[in-house]
Amino acid sequence: MNNAVQITINGRPVSVPAGIVVAAALARSGTIQFRSSITGQPRGPLCGMGICMECRATINGQTNCRSCLIVCEEGMEIRTYG
Amino acid sequence: MADGSISCEVAVVGGGPAGLAAACTAAESGRRVVLLDESPWLGGQIWRGEQNAAAHPHASAWFARFDRSGAKVLARSTVISSPAPGSLLAEQDGEGFQVKWDRLILATGARELFLPFPGWTLPGVMGPGGLQSLIKNGWPVSGQRVVVAGSGPLLLAVADTLRKHGANVRMIAEQASWSSVIRFGLGLAAHTSKLLQAALLKLRLLGIQNRYGAWPVSAEGKDRIQMVTLTDGAETWKLDCDLLACGFGLVPNLELAMALGCELKDGFVRVNDLQATSIPNVFCAGEPTGIGGADCALVEGQIAGYASAEFKAQAERLFAKRRSWHTFRTALAEAFALRPVLKNLATNETIICRCEDVSLGRLRQCTHWREAKLHSRCGMGACQGRVCGAAAKFILGWEPESIRPPVLPARVGSLISSRSEKSGGHFR
Repeated sequence: MNNAVQITINGRPVSVPAGIVVAAALARSGTIQFRSSITGQPRGPLCGMGICMECRATINGQTNCRSCLIVCEEGMEIRTYG
Repeated sequence: MADGSISCEVAVVGGGPAGLAAACTAAESGRRVVLLDESPWLGGQIWRGEQNAAAHPHASAWFARFDRSGAKVLARSTVISSPAPGSLLAEQDGEGFQVKWDRLILATGARELFLPFPGWTLPGVMGPGGLQSLIKNGWPVSGQRVVVAGSGPLLLAVADTLRKHGANVRMIAEQASWSSVIRFGLGLAAHTSKLLQAALLKLRLLGIQNRYGAWPVSAEGKDRIQMVTLTDGAETWKLDCDLLACGFGLVPNLELAMALGCELKDGFVRVNDLQATSIPNVFCAGEPTGIGGADCALVEGQIAGYASAEFKAQAERLFAKRRSWHTFRTALAEAFALRPVLKNLATNETIICRCEDVSLGRLRQCTHWREAKLHSRCGMGACQGRVCGAAAKFILGWEPESIRPPVLPARVGSLISSRSEKSGGHFR
């Protein structure tokens, strides 16, 4: 995890260690609320292993990606549903 | 996966200890093996993040053995259905492809059991195993105040990971009683490696408050958890925290087995001596057949791999070892059996289905799972009942219904691609 990769989170450029997952990058950027529920409640990752879908985010334009299972790559654009 | 379909003699679904072991023995027996896993890594949840710096004594040896075995890996590949016997439909990086198999080994592992309580949906309330997995992949916990709660040997392991990564573990609250856990610990004498592992773990966790017969009753906070209330049934107390890692043991991932029509017994996939399910040529190993941990899964996986290659004698040589781990499995279930009072953690206002925000009160207007799905949309959201189904089973005694494909949300394009199968596929 020595090298850094540049990604954007909700349009804001950030630098994160290589090899970390998108969910971890979001948490490092300061928020653990990834989305709002259908009744507007704050939600963040629960299961950490691709089961609960609570960590879903848009990654490079693809909606509803499980951010806990996807490793950050250079230039990745991430949008949360907060 | 750019195009079409691939074919193999043995397909293994899941790359945790059971799947790795199964793929190894099947490939070493001369079969063409393809292993599919959802994540970018091998090792499942338990060995996640140990590919480079293996802390688990078995992990590095098994990774090396797998590399030598000749089995192929399809990483980031989610199995979404079984459109016909001998065929799986999977998705990799948003594209669908088919896997044709002669033998199939299901090693789909387990997930954590989440029991709803007021405040459990707040960001920062996470599964202990889930948090551990995320920490291994960069989730920041340094300086954070964390309470670890729920049930099972995993709690101590997670507390240790948290400690190593600089978190301030404020308390470990295990719902099982001290006497029950001690009895289990003494019973480990038959599994000396486990006993040593447990003793070293306890030693490293000296100084962290460890309560037995205690569990969380509510979490509070604005937009994220800030405080948890715990009880031992007599007194209650509050702890400020930034994260609450709370899970009540493991439940098997049965969706694919059920979609294939495999018979269940007592909530697990029913298998025979050779790990064969009720469906011809379909085997199952590891947690879907009973929650026994990584060592049990490794033995079952090896048996399933040999059996799939029709190397029966090799499989039989492992039966005694498996019996010993099954004794451990039974002891584990007894020691960490959930106390019935946990059924009362959720109030009528507590959300049970997080995807569709369905409360327990709403569910109580229904009499069974199917009715709840039809009337409240419980279990109909993105996770398709994976979280609330197990909770509803524990709280209300509802059994899950049959599984319909796709077993996980998939892109329409992936489903369409299953119709236009191409021949002569290749790997990666």
